[in-house]
Amino acid sequence: MVKNLINWIDARIPMTATYNRHVGQYATPTNFNFWYFFGSLAMLVLVNQLLTGIWLTMNYVPTAEGAFASVEYIMRDVEYGWLLRYMHSTGASAFFVVIYLHMFRGLIYGSYQKPRELLWLFGMLIFLVLMAEAFMGYLLPWGQMSYWGAQVIISLFGAIPVIGDDLTLWIRGDFVISGATLNRFFALHVIALPLVLVVLVFLHLIALHEVGSNNPDGIEIKKNKDENGWPVDGIPFHPYYTVKDIMGVAGFLIVFCYVLFFMPEGGGYFLEKPNFEAANSMKTPVHIAPVWYFTPFYAILRAVPDKLGGVVMMGLSIAVLFVLPWLDRCKVKSVRYRSTLHKLNIAQFAISFIVLGYLGVVPATPTLTIVAQIFTVTYFGFFLALWLYSKNEKTKPVPARLTH
Amino acid sequence: MSNAPVDTGRRRFLTAATAVVGGAGAVAVAVPFIKSWNPSAKAKAAGAPVEVNISKVEPGQLIRVEWRGKPVWVVRRTEAVLNALPKHDDKLRDPASAEMQQPDYATNPLRSIKPEYFIAVGICTHLGCSPTYLPDSFGEQVEGVTSGFFCPCHGSKFDMAGRVFQGVPAPLNLVVPPHQYVDGGTVIIGVDKGVA
Amino acid sequence: MKKLLIALVTLLPTLAMAATEQVHLESANIDLHDKASLERGVDLFQHYCSGCHSTQYQRYERVATDIGISADDMRNKYMFTDAKIGELMQSAIPAKDAAKWFGATPPDLTLVARVRGEDWVYSYLKGFYKDPSRPFGVNNTVFPSVGMPHVLEELQGTPVKQEDGSIVVTGGKLNAEEYDQAVRDITGFLVYSAEPVKLEREALGWWVLGFLFIFFIVAYLLKKEYWKDVH
Repeated sequence: MVKNLINWIDARIPMTATYNRHVGQYATPTNFNFWYFFGSLAMLVLVNQLLTGIWLTMNYVPTAEGAFASVEYIMRDVEYGWLLRYMHSTGASAFFVVIYLHMFRGLIYGSYQKPRELLWLFGMLIFLVLMAEAFMGYLLPWGQMSYWGAQVIISLFGAIPVIGDDLTLWIRGDFVISGATLNRFFALHVIALPLVLVVLVFLHLIALHEVGSNNPDGIEIKKNKDENGWPVDGIPFHPYYTVKDIMGVAGFLIVFCYVLFFMPEGGGYFLEKPNFEAANSMKTPVHIAPVWYFTPFYAILRAVPDKLGGVVMMGLSIAVLFVLPWLDRCKVKSVRYRSTLHKLNIAQFAISFIVLGYLGVVPATPTLTIVAQIFTVTYFGFFLALWLYSKNEKTKPVPARLTH
Repeated sequence: MSNAPVDTGRRRFLTAATAVVGGAGAVAVAVPFIKSWNPSAKAKAAGAPVEVNISKVEPGQLIRVEWRGKPVWVVRRTEAVLNALPKHDDKLRDPASAEMQQPDYATNPLRSIKPEYFIAVGICTHLGCSPTYLPDSFGEQVEGVTSGFFCPCHGSKFDMAGRVFQGVPAPLNLVVPPHQYVDGGTVIIGVDKGVA
Repeated sequence: MKKLLIALVTLLPTLAMAATEQVHLESANIDLHDKASLERGVDLFQHYCSGCHSTQYQRYERVATDIGISADDMRNKYMFTDAKIGELMQSAIPAKDAAKWFGATPPDLTLVARVRGEDWVYSYLKGFYKDPSRPFGVNNTVFPSVGMPHVLEELQGTPVKQEDGSIVVTGGKLNAEEYDQAVRDITGFLVYSAEPVKLEREALGWWVLGFLFIFFIVAYLLKKEYWKDVH
C-alpha cells in the first residue's frame, strides 16, 4: 500500500531519488567532530524563528503608537505569548552564536577553499541577510534601544558622499525614525528577507551536496572510492548523522532552554534594559550599544576617527570575508596540516573578533578607542597575512585517509 | 565500517524510544502555539459580564446590549404574549427545550428566570444572522401567532421564548446566555446564578 | 605578542568599569513568593503612586489573581478609578494634565524594574532628601534633580542630608525598619509588574530541562548504538 503510493509519487516527481541524493545515500565523511553540529543547529534555529515569528505577527501591531504596547500585550495578555516572544528573542541571539561557530568551523578547516567557494559565498550572503533581518527585527519592539540603535545605524548611510542625506531620508521615509520606518522594516522583516533567507539556505544546501562535505582533515573523500563507487571514508547521512544531529539538537536545546527560561534577558545582552522603555524621540539613552552580535563590526566603525572612513572600514570588515576563498592560496585545507604561522594567525583573528565584540558593548573612552584601533588592525591583518604567507606555506603531509 | 554483529533489537528499541520522547516533545512544543489562539486577557476583559438596567424597558419593547461582541436581547413580554406562548407547541421543533440551548435555570416553558423578561442571544442558530423582532406582524409568518422573531437571511422563525418553528433551516432554539438578577432593576449578562 | 594580548584582555574589564560611574545601590532582596509583601506593595503603590503613575500594560484582574487578592478586595481596597477589574491599570490623571503640572508626563512604571533594576527602584525610594533649591523641595541620591515630590514623606518622615553625606530622618509614621519594608513591598510589586510571568517561567523551565535531559540520554544511546558500525 505505502509502496504503491511511493511508486505513484516517484513516477511523477523524483521523491525517493531526492531523498537518497540528499539524505539516504548522501556520502558524509566519518570523522565529523563537535564543530559540525552547527549547520543542522542553524537550520533548527531558522525553523524556530520562522514559526515563532509567524505567531508573533498574529498579535503584534506595527505602528508607532501600538508597537510597544502590543509586545507587552503578547507578554501578558496572550496565552503563552511570553514563551513565543522569548523563543524568538533568545532564538535571534542563538542564531548568531550558531552561525559564528559554523563560520569559524569553515575557517579552521578550509571549507571555503576550492571547490567550495560558491558554498562559502552563499553562506556569507545568508550571514548578510541575517544581519539585515536582525537589525530590522530589533526596531519592531519600539523600545528606546530599538529606536536609537536604528537611528545610529541608518545615519551611517549619511556618510556616503553626495547622496548620503537623501538616502537616509529615503530609508526612513520621514525626517526621523517614525511609524513609516517601522512599517517598512516590519514588511521586510516578516516577508521579504525571510523569503530570501530560505532561498539562500536552499542554495547553500544544494551547493554543499553537489561538492560534498569537507571534514576536519580537509581531505576530499570522493577521491577514494570503492568498487561500487562509494567513498571508502564515507557513511550515509541517514542514519548516522541524523542520529548524531538529534543528539546535538538535544544538547543545544538544554543550553538554549536554560537561557530562555532562566535568563531570557541574557544578562542584558539578548534583551537590552533600555528597550523596556518605549521609544522616545526626545530622549537618548545614556549609553547606546548595538546587540552583541553586531558589536565586533560596530567597534571597527567607532575605532576609525572619520565618519566615512568608519563606515567604509566596517563594510570592508564584512566584505573581506566574501573574498576569503581567493585570499587563501594554500592547497592544504585543514588547520591540522597547516603551518604554525597559520594556526597563530587564526588564533589572533579569533581573539581580535572577541575583543572587538567586547569593545563594541562598552562605552568608548580614549584608551579603549586605541585598543579598538589595534584590534581593527589585527582583524584586517589576518587576511593580509594569510594572503602573503599562504602561497608558499610550509604544510605538513596530508594523510590519504581520514583520521579519528 | 566495522563488521561487528548488529543488535537489531536494541537498535529498534532505541529508535522507538527516541521517536516517542521526541514526539512527546514536539506535541509539548505545539501547546503554546495552539493555546496562544485562545481569547486573550484583553478579549476576555472585553467579553466580561455586562450589567443592564431593565427598569425602563416598556412592555413589548426589546433592547439590545452587546456581550462578547454579540447582540443580546432583553424583551419585556406582555401578559398577552405570555398567555399565547403555550398555544402553538405543536408547531415547534423543540417546545420543551430539551436541547440545552439555555442554562438549567431557564429550562422552563418560558425559557427565562422571570416570566416577564426574555433574555437571549440575538443570533440565529442557522448561520449566524440576527433575526428581526416582529411584535405585531409575525402573523404573516406563522398563522395565529402575533409576535415572534424572523430571520431575514434564510427565513427562520422563533416564538417569543426563542423557540424555533418547524419547517425552517434553523435547527435549534435561540441561545439564552448565562445571566442573573442582582436586584429588581438590574440584570448581569454573562454570569450564572450564584456566581459572582 | 601573546602575552601582550593576554594582558590586554585581562585589562579591558577594569577599564570598562572605570568608564561608567557607579552609584551605590542597596540590595532590594525581593522575594516574589512573598504574596503578603506583594499585596502590601499593591496597597502602597495604589495609594501613593497610582495617582500620577500608571502601570498601563497590566490588568487589575491579573494582578489580583497572581498575588492572591480576591476580586472584591481588589475593587474595594485598591482601585481608585472607575475602571473595571479586567481593564488596564491607567493612572487617575490624564497624561496631558500631568505634563502641565509636573513639566513632564509621569512615566508609566509597569516596566521600571526591568529598565532600572530592582535595586535601583529600592534605593531610589529610599534616596529622597530635603533640598529647598528644587521645585518640589526634595532631591534624590540615585536620581539627581528628580522631578517629583517625596510622596512617601508622611511614612518616612523628613530626610535631611548631613554634611558627611548621611541622611537623618525625623518624624514619619514608620520607623526606619518599617519604612525599609514598605519600600521593599513597593519594589516587589514593581518587580512583579515588570515580568508577571517570571515564577511561571522558571517553574516551567525545570520541567523542560528535565525532559530535555531524558531526551538527550535516549538520543545519545541511539547515536552510540548506530555508530558502533563506524568505529
